[in-house]
Amino acid sequence: MLAKRIIPCLDVKDGRVVKGVSFVDLRDAGDPVEVAKGYDLAGADELCFLDITASHENRDTILDVVACTADQVFMPLTVGGGIRNLDDIRGLLEAGADKVSINTSAVQNPEFVKAASRRFGSQCIVVAIDAKSARVAGQSQGSDKWDVFTHGGRRETGLDVVEWAKKMTEYGAGEILLTSMDQDGQKDGYDLGLTAAVSQAVSIPVIASGGAGSLHHLYEALAKGKADAVLAASIFHYKEYSIAEAKSYLTQHGIPVRLLEEYSVASS
Amino acid sequence: MIAIVDYGMGNLRSVQKAFEAVGHQAIVTRESSKIADASHVVLPGVGAFGDCMNNLIRYELDTPIRQSIACGKPFLGICLGLQLLFTKSEEFGDHQGLGILPGIVKRFTSLSTTPGLKVPHMGWNTISIQQSSPLLCDIPPASHVYFVHSYYVVPDDSAVTCTTTEYGNSFVSSVYKDNIFASQFHPEKSQKIGLQLFRNFGDWQ
Repeated sequence: MLAKRIIPCLDVKDGRVVKGVSFVDLRDAGDPVEVAKGYDLAGADELCFLDITASHENRDTILDVVACTADQVFMPLTVGGGIRNLDDIRGLLEAGADKVSINTSAVQNPEFVKAASRRFGSQCIVVAIDAKSARVAGQSQGSDKWDVFTHGGRRETGLDVVEWAKKMTEYGAGEILLTSMDQDGQKDGYDLGLTAAVSQAVSIPVIASGGAGSLHHLYEALAKGKADAVLAASIFHYKEYSIAEAKSYLTQHGIPVRLLEEYSVASS
Repeated sequence: MIAIVDYGMGNLRSVQKAFEAVGHQAIVTRESSKIADASHVVLPGVGAFGDCMNNLIRYELDTPIRQSIACGKPFLGICLGLQLLFTKSEEFGDHQGLGILPGIVKRFTSLSTTPGLKVPHMGWNTISIQQSSPLLCDIPPASHVYFVHSYYVVPDDSAVTCTTTEYGNSFVSSVYKDNIFASQFHPEKSQKIGLQLFRNFGDWQ
C-alpha cells in the first residue's frame, strides 16, 4: 500500500538553514547537508528545501547545497524558491534535485508549467499554491472558497485555488504543494477544508502545508484533508516531535506510513 | 567497473554516488567502448518513453546495451530503464522499445478500477517478492521503496516478474531474468533499502 509521506521543509538562505534545528550530535545546525543527513537517519520520506535567498548574486549557492546533499543523502529532494525559467530547473535537476517547486512564476506565466513538464516530465514539476480563505470579515464559519496569493503571500491574484489547482494539473504539474496562509505559523492545525477541496478536485498527489502544531494535526490533514503527504517545518526542527513519533502516532491511527524499524533492517 | 548509461535523460549523479556509497566504482558514460568494457551495465532514465528511446538510438547506445545483455553481463534497469526493455509503450502514442522482454507498457488509469487514484504513483510503496533474486539479498519482504511513475510494465511472460506492488491493482514493480534485473522504483532514492540493492548488484557476478 502506498504510504503517506512526511516531508520536513528547510528554509535555506545564502546556503544556510535559517530556522532552528535541534538534532542531537549535529556538528553544524546551519548546514543544510548535515540537517538533511539527520532527517535521512530519522526516517523522513522526502526533503524540501525552500531557497529564500534574496540577493541575486547568491542564488547559485543553492546549487552547491543541492549537489552536496544529493551526493550524500539518497532520498527524494524537492527544491523551491525563485525558479523563473527552464534553465533554473535544469540547473537544480542536474545538481541532484528530484523535483522543483514553482509558485509565483506559474501564476505569472502558466505556460511555463506546461513547457517545464513537457521538457523534464511531470514527475519533477511541483506547483506550490499559497491559499488564503476568501471568508467575509466577521463570518466565523470557514468558507469553501480560497484565493491564490503569490510573493510569499503578499500579493493577491484573484485566482480561485481549486480552479487553479485543476488548471495546473491539466498543464502537467505532477504534484501540488498546498500552503494555507491563514494557518501557516499558527500551529493549530492544517486548513482541512482547503486541503480536502483541492485533494478531491485533482488527480495528482497533494502535499498539505501550514499549521502543523501536533501529531494529531498531521493525522487530520491525511485522514480528513485527504492529503497524500504532509509538509512540516517547526514541529520537527525544534524537536517538539521526532519523525519516528509522528509515524508511530499515524500508524496507531490507521494511516499507512513507512516505519523506521523496517527501514533500518538493511543498514550495513 | 559499473557503467551507467548516459543518454541525456535525467540526472545520473545520484545513481553514481549511491554506488560509490556502497563501495562500487561506477562511471557515467555514453561511449559504447566503455559500455563494452564494463563488467556491469546500468540503464536509468526519467522522462518520456519516446524521447528516451529516440535518444538511445541517436547516441547509438541501443546496440551496446543489447550486446551487453546478450553476452550475459549483469544489467540493471531503473524506472524508464525497465520500461525500455519491453516491446512497446502506449505513452503519447505507441512507441517501440528495445524488445528484449516481450510485453507492453501501460498507463495507470487503464489498470485501475479505483476512483480517485492519483497519477503519478508517487511515494513509498511496498514490494511483494514473487521470486528470489540475488538483487534482493538482505532486503526484507514488504520493504518500502520509492516510486514516481505514471506507466507500468505488463510482461507477456509472468515468469519474469520479480516483485509486485499494489496501486489500485497489483502491478509488476521489478523483473528478473537471467542476467537482467530491472525495477520500476528508484533504488537511488530508496535510502538504505536502495543502497542494499546497489550493493547486491555490484556483487552480482
